[in-house]
Amino acid sequence: MMLDLFIDLSLFTMLVATGIAIVKMRRLFGVTMMAGVFSLLSAMLLVTLDAVDVAFTEAAVGAGISTVLMLSTLTLTSRIEKKPVHTPWIPLLVVTVTGAAIIYGTLDMPHFGDANAPAQVGVAAQYMERGPEDMDIPNVVTYILASYRGYDTMGETAVVFTAGVGVLMLISGLRRRRRKHPKDEGEVG
Amino acid sequence: MSLVTLAMAGGFALILIGLYGALNNRNILRIIIAFTLANTGVHLVLVAVGYMPGRTAPILDAAVPVDQANALIIDPVPQALVLTAIVIGLGVTALMLAYALRLFASRHTLDISKFTELKW
Repeated sequence: MMLDLFIDLSLFTMLVATGIAIVKMRRLFGVTMMAGVFSLLSAMLLVTLDAVDVAFTEAAVGAGISTVLMLSTLTLTSRIEKKPVHTPWIPLLVVTVTGAAIIYGTLDMPHFGDANAPAQVGVAAQYMERGPEDMDIPNVVTYILASYRGYDTMGETAVVFTAGVGVLMLISGLRRRRRKHPKDEGEVG
Repeated sequence: MSLVTLAMAGGFALILIGLYGALNNRNILRIIIAFTLANTGVHLVLVAVGYMPGRTAPILDAAVPVDQANALIIDPVPQALVLTAIVIGLGVTALMLAYALRLFASRHTLDISKFTELKW
């Protein structure tokens, strides 16, 4: 029990420390690498929260694909960043107000981890009762995602497809522009 | 201090850190990374909502008989929602990064204070 608490506490301390480092560090390459570390740490935390499916999606998507995307953006742009000259008072004020609103919002929530909370006694119980008869898949999250919440997953696919089309359109315009550029300079020279 | 309280506090702290990073930084790439930070914070909070101490992961096997599943495993619905949210977050991040590339192509900088067309 003590060991569990120690592992959870150290993981959370590392996660929040990595988050602060990402916000505070100045070198963009370091920031990108820290974002990968951050995703891996949050995946470990999700394992301690018994959310194994979420954990390996986070590890694959957050630590894998996102880091690759950010690194490729970094190589195509500049790594130099100027130090911000303005004072951080307005952001700090906004963050404080948002934090206070979040804490105020949690005041009338049911007790954390309460099995009789309204969210836990509703639809989830029915999914668990009917699932084994309906489709006989041992992983509850899998059958909820693929069947009972199938429309959510279909919508997600549509969103990802739209994002992919958007990225392709933006990138292809970039390539045309770049091909045009040397020619323009050649004409000037 | 239980794991759920820790996860909630950590998730909320990450949301606030991400918000601060997005507001305080001037580099577009760092703003995007700060957004993913806040995103992960939301995921942690959502998973923590479904967590119940003393129960096990939502997989039905020999240790979790089907008729007692409701009392033995944690709430699987938030996990399914967070799975969807992670993949959508990747799509949003990819789109933001593509926009950053386009902005860099037009001004050769990622400093957001150089983009002043929509300022008044």
